[in-house]
Amino acid sequence: MSEPESIVTIRHLSKIYAQGDIQVTALDDISLVIAAGEFLTLMGPSGSGKSTLLHIIAGIDRPTSGECLVQGIDVTKLNESQLADWRNQNVGFVFQTFNLIPVLTAFENVELPLLLTRLGHAQRRKLVNTALDIVGLADRSHHLPKQLSGGQEQRVAIARALVTDPKLVVADEPTGNLDSHSAQEVLGILQSLSRQVGKTVIMVTHDPKAAAFGSRSIHLEKGELTN
Amino acid sequence: MALPLRYSLRNALVRWRSTVATVLGIALVVFVFVLLQSLAAGIEKSSGNTGDPRNLLVVRKGSTAESASLIGRQNLQDIRYLPEIARNAAGEPVISADVLVLVNLPRRLHNGEANVLLRGVTPRGMELRPQVHLVAGRWFVPGHREVVVSAKLARRFANFDLGSSFKSGSATLTVVGWLAGGGSAFDSECWLDADECRSLFERDMYSSFLIRPVDAAAAARLIDRIENDRRFKLKAEREVDYYRKQTMTAAPIKWLGNFLAVTMSVGAVFAAMNTMYAAVGARTREIGTLRVLGFRRRSVVLALLLEGGFLALLGGILGCAIAFYWNGYTTATMGMETFSEIVFEFRVTPRLVTEGLIFAVAVGLIGTALPAIRAARLPVIAALKAI
Ligand SMILES: Nc1ncnc2c1ncn2[C@@H]1O[C@H](COP(=O)(O)OP(=O)(O)O)[C@@H](O)[C@H]1O
Ligand SMILES: [Mg+2]
Repeated sequence: MSEPESIVTIRHLSKIYAQGDIQVTALDDISLVIAAGEFLTLMGPSGSGKSTLLHIIAGIDRPTSGECLVQGIDVTKLNESQLADWRNQNVGFVFQTFNLIPVLTAFENVELPLLLTRLGHAQRRKLVNTALDIVGLADRSHHLPKQLSGGQEQRVAIARALVTDPKLVVADEPTGNLDSHSAQEVLGILQSLSRQVGKTVIMVTHDPKAAAFGSRSIHLEKGELTN
Repeated sequence: MALPLRYSLRNALVRWRSTVATVLGIALVVFVFVLLQSLAAGIEKSSGNTGDPRNLLVVRKGSTAESASLIGRQNLQDIRYLPEIARNAAGEPVISADVLVLVNLPRRLHNGEANVLLRGVTPRGMELRPQVHLVAGRWFVPGHREVVVSAKLARRFANFDLGSSFKSGSATLTVVGWLAGGGSAFDSECWLDADECRSLFERDMYSSFLIRPVDAAAAARLIDRIENDRRFKLKAEREVDYYRKQTMTAAPIKWLGNFLAVTMSVGAVFAAMNTMYAAVGARTREIGTLRVLGFRRRSVVLALLLEGGFLALLGGILGCAIAFYWNGYTTATMGMETFSEIVFEFRVTPRLVTEGLIFAVAVGLIGTALPAIRAARLPVIAALKAI
């Protein structure tokens, strides 16, 4: 591991929303390389295109032009169902609003992505328990989301993002809805994922204190990289 | 791979406040459907399972009902000793010349009057109808002006208790027993001795002959002989066929049941659709999240269909349960052929319950299809950004 291997390579990426006659340029010719194991933070004012960039990297949204290679695969070229499989196997997601399924317990929420794999019941159980252990919620596995605090919900969401052991973890303002204590816990977990397990973490935030947990920070302004 | 079943079931149950109207709506449709069909089934069974396939029933040509048929006494003499007719142990031909009389009697609780069918029956006639048995009291003794009434009619008519008597014309008859016809047309009859009946009501003619031929071949020959003999002007057919024809009266009820079910189900489909649109709309971001995790559109559609189908199934079970409350409930209608009171039971059969449940689930699936497809069609990113 002498040379840092790149995991994401973005070339001339643009995203333009056309709303009637008005065109909104959310991303304007972005080029960027992200190294494996980095904890990259994406900063910038509201509306600068942070979420759009994150969504394209994660295979949730499509650019207007340009390419986005993740581990050598151009995700902008994959079709719907290829993307669905690719996301399931390669990316873990953490949302600002947690996005847990309200009718499923913590355990069942974390197990969801594994239901799309070939793993058997016992293997799934083991992986889910390990993931819940990592986020320190092994004792809450049978709780429903509404029985958990916001910080706990977000930690369950991180466990769900980890359980398939993806190379890439993306988080869109994961601490935006949390008090500062819970935010510290969540950021600490994301940091240790990158430092100790070698995962690549990309996090959108506009909080400099949150960004301080990352290993590198880039800034967006009106759809353009500024540093 | 599909979403876990519990995802659909819990979503259906967690919103019970908003789904209760849909469940009740579907329950109502299924209830009406099952109840009307059980009514039709009851009416059909009341005559449909009457008779013995070995027996022949002879009535006057052109008579649609036994009670409207008149057969001269000479005909009995001509037919009685035909070789096709079986003999009993005592060597007598197994033929019963019955006479049917309609009498108008008061219902219980001063609830008006209705016609009741009296059957003057012979010992042979009783042997030929083993479906009929005594459930209370004793059989009539000829010459004592005694009558055995149907237990089901006894609940509906005044003076039908054991020991009571009723007057019709100049005749006064005493009820000495209750009979049960095992859900057959005989449940709507009162029996007394044939000769006594003819003398009390001054009938010279018979209404029908019930015959046991020697065998099936003899039965066919006998039908041929009776129908083609110009002296007779009679019609002979298998007893079961005669009663099966009497069954036609249930068709309008079946039709009404189907018609109501179809029209009401349109409303129920829209109710289900409304509920599922609301349910799915409130979960747009959740559906987006599932898609982000890798679940396909079809998994989402399937999960929502299961949810809607499950809701409808609950409604169907409720509707069947309420309808089942009437299972075996006895009521009566006026027979279109006899103009007499015909009793029958609501019969909620396993087949009807199955049909009701399938019907309910179909309503649920149709109502869910559009909202489910619309939700799944939304691009992942649009679903995720929904508030
Ligand atoms: N679906 C959309 N239609 C039109 N404009 C959009 C849409 N989504 C985002 N935008 C616009 O794109 C720009 C970047 O949005 P976003 O990436 O969400 O910014 P950030 O996450 O940095 O706040 C904004 O100007 C936003 O209004
Ligand atoms: Mg954003």
